[in-house]
Amino acid sequence: MNVRGGLQLKSHKSRPLERPIRVVPAPATLVLALDQGSGEDAVAVVRPGDPVHVGTLVGSAAGAAAALHSPVSGTVREITVRPTPRGVGPCIVIDNDGRDEPATPVLPLDWHALDGTTLLERIATAGAAGLGGAAFPTAAKLALARTTGAELLLLNGAECEPWICCDDALMREHAADVVLGAQVMLTAAGARHCVIAIEDDKPLAVAAVESALGTASDARIAIRVLRALFPLGAEGPLVAAVTGREVPHDGLPPHVGVVCQNVGTAAAIGRFVRDGQPVTRRVVTVTGSGVREPANVEARIGTPIGDLVAACGGYTGTDVRPIAGGSLTGRLVAGDEVPVTKGLNCVLLATVADLPARGPEMPCIRCGDCASACPAGLLPQQLYVAARTDDADGLERFGLGACIECGCCDYVCPSAIPLTARFRAARERQHLQALERRRALEAKVRYERHQHRLAEQAEAERRAFDEARRRAGGQDSGQP
Amino acid sequence: MVTNTSAPPHVVAGFSVPRVMYQVLLALVPVLATQVYLFGLRPLLLAAMAGVTALACEALALRLRQRSPQPFLRDGSVLVTAALLALAVPPTLPQWQLALGVATAVLIGKHAYGGLGQNPFNPAMVGYAVLLVSFPLEMTRWPAPGGEWDAMTGATALDTLRTGLRQSYTMQEIFAGPAFGHMGAAGGEWLNLAALAGGLYLLVRRIVRWHIPVAMLAGIAVPAALFQLFDPGAHASATFHLAAGATMLGAFFIATDPVSAATSDRGRLFYGAGIGLLTWIIRTWGGFPDGVAFAVLIMNLAVPLIDRYTVPRIYGHARQ
Amino acid sequence: MNGVTILTAIAAAAALAAALGAVLGWVATRLRRDPDALVEQIDALLPQTQCGQCRYPGCRPYADAIARGEAGIDRCPPGGEATVRALAALLDREPRPVDPQYGVTKPPLVALIDEDRCIGCALCLPACPVDAIVGAPRLMHTVLASQCTGCELCLAPCPVDCIGMVEPAAQHPARAWA
Repeated sequence: MNVRGGLQLKSHKSRPLERPIRVVPAPATLVLALDQGSGEDAVAVVRPGDPVHVGTLVGSAAGAAAALHSPVSGTVREITVRPTPRGVGPCIVIDNDGRDEPATPVLPLDWHALDGTTLLERIATAGAAGLGGAAFPTAAKLALARTTGAELLLLNGAECEPWICCDDALMREHAADVVLGAQVMLTAAGARHCVIAIEDDKPLAVAAVESALGTASDARIAIRVLRALFPLGAEGPLVAAVTGREVPHDGLPPHVGVVCQNVGTAAAIGRFVRDGQPVTRRVVTVTGSGVREPANVEARIGTPIGDLVAACGGYTGTDVRPIAGGSLTGRLVAGDEVPVTKGLNCVLLATVADLPARGPEMPCIRCGDCASACPAGLLPQQLYVAARTDDADGLERFGLGACIECGCCDYVCPSAIPLTARFRAARERQHLQALERRRALEAKVRYERHQHRLAEQAEAERRAFDEARRRAGGQDSGQP
Repeated sequence: MVTNTSAPPHVVAGFSVPRVMYQVLLALVPVLATQVYLFGLRPLLLAAMAGVTALACEALALRLRQRSPQPFLRDGSVLVTAALLALAVPPTLPQWQLALGVATAVLIGKHAYGGLGQNPFNPAMVGYAVLLVSFPLEMTRWPAPGGEWDAMTGATALDTLRTGLRQSYTMQEIFAGPAFGHMGAAGGEWLNLAALAGGLYLLVRRIVRWHIPVAMLAGIAVPAALFQLFDPGAHASATFHLAAGATMLGAFFIATDPVSAATSDRGRLFYGAGIGLLTWIIRTWGGFPDGVAFAVLIMNLAVPLIDRYTVPRIYGHARQ
Repeated sequence: MNGVTILTAIAAAAALAAALGAVLGWVATRLRRDPDALVEQIDALLPQTQCGQCRYPGCRPYADAIARGEAGIDRCPPGGEATVRALAALLDREPRPVDPQYGVTKPPLVALIDEDRCIGCALCLPACPVDAIVGAPRLMHTVLASQCTGCELCLAPCPVDCIGMVEPAAQHPARAWA
């Protein structure tokens, strides 16, 4: 396997998988974050007071933001800034009237009759986004694959991070949707074959997908079982493990002939062509020692995570830290009013038992364990020195741009140095510095134009003065 | 609901600097035990004194640098330095000289450069080198194993080898002398075996990685074997070199000091090989019987150069 | 150790020093930096505020003075410590804190005209070195915040003191981690 570094971690996935996926009822109020997880906001196309139905477009796609649809019928209450899994951001708040009326009669999509480009447009209208967490518009990704002629569709069923098992549950119960989605995406992207990558700690999921493939009987799609390793589910290591090629640092997977999609995204697209509904719900793992009955739940986008916890038996105590994501890359959220977004794959209600405290931070002893664990082949100990001294050349040389912030280096560091946090901060500082430099350059150009303008003005005045003097000298000599 | 700030990753493996250091101390126990078996209780007393001196110097240095003593005093790194120094010097060394060496190692070799993690040179070897040039007589006289000391302190096997070669004895004649055992130095070979055992323990527990020890041992064994092939009368075998002097202690405990070693695994191969080669060169043609200390210090100097040329290839980039 | 030996030793050391010094001097002249290129490089490190706090009429004249060795590298308050360190690294000089007689490093601010008090006198328009103030006589003046470098040169000419310095609106909201 062409993967460097990585960690073998205790998975903590068994408890939620003991039960089937349970459906969480739609809440009385939904909060649809315009930033569904990709970092860019969709553009709200409704105003407070507008009525909405299930599937009504409430946010149009913009850049890295996919289209956003209402999961319920009701009325838009307000558009305001609220806490989200990514921090805070503008949200569309909808009051649910409980009737679940669809916008238009929904029909299955006869996707076989459509060509790839039309299919891409329909996928875009479905608001399909990367449900693995990045929430990038699926149609845009597939379109790039079509343009670059990528021939492999790689479905990511690795789910390597501890605690998260929503994809495992989805594959077990909805493998047919995954396969259908794969077939649709193959046509949309113009790819020739598809590999569904699943880690070897998910035997039931592998069996379910194999069975669904048997039924679908599509020779283009195959399963690849990979050794369970964190962070094999990240795009870079996954592409390297499955194809042996590395995604170039200044490029994307389609440039090496691969397009990656999460199995949840594939299932969402399968569901979309099956029943015509845009993407308005997803499977979320609710787990951790802080919740009574850990389970995988299907929830509508916009449901507060407090409702998810309630559907799982409630909290076990008060000392619970809610984390959006897994234990290595998840983020602490503000509270349980934070809503589900397309990019939210797991709510980890962690107690101190789940997250043992770090020791005190000590100086780096240069043991090199971080470099052994790094999947990107970096030298975190050198990056750490460069980040601390704000050494831009050093950060570039040791590859800060290639860091995927997986947390492996942190995990193994005997000096308990928060390396990942330092690298993230260094990245933000570099970003701000680049902005500063650009601003300074703009100011310099404006200043030079300003000087030029003044020089021209002075020149024009001088000439006018000379002209006036010449005329005055010719007409009138000697008078003061 | 607790929402105190915590940045990802939220879990760690729980390794710690003290754990690493105490594992190394544990791995040194066989060497200490062998020394006690061969030379009596004095090595134990030396080690204890070295440890106490090291802690005292560490506390003093932290005070002078206005740092809090916790957690540094308890991290065990200075105890490792002291233990290595105490085991590297002859057990007949006067206590005050060892104390001086330990103080030099901790105060100058470690804290003058900024403390834990900042020393460009191996602190124990700094102390050892200072002692070697300051007290050359006491530092090169090892007692014959098992016997009465004062009467029988003499040269080490390596020393005897060099003098013998200078005086044009053949290898067979030299090796017949009392300073030599089955493979290498009498007594010394047991010390090396004990160090090897401790080193293998550290390898299995993943406290040290294989690159430096293997490279260093190869760096000694390969030239030794080659030269012995071409000129058996004037060069000792690879086995002798591996079992003599501080070879194993150097390979697994001294050269593997991560702070002063090269950074990447490839760099460490060059680093280890350089130490091995230099050790052999100094032993064969240099002015000191055992070359490990100076070889380590010289390669410490070369680390920035090695690092510059052995940065591993980053994912997504072509090889530079 | 007799007198001849000592004298020989001294003479030899002196000759060696003279020879090496001559070589170094020759190398220094041969490898001198292109002065124009140097001014460009220095100017690229300056923040382009054009405020004149360094006592030079703009960043380029200051860069020129640094290149000629007339001015120290510690005169730029808007550039702050980062600029001093970058200049020190470029020119191989000792970094120093910004000299307070040239000003104090402040957080980035932009000018804001209080429109209730502006009388439309147009005196601030020519004062701005980057033409960031839009307006005309007897018409409302306003500062283009995105172009304002915070140099504060417009504050003095205003007869009714209606220009203040405020924090710029957050352009990129920081990600909150919790």
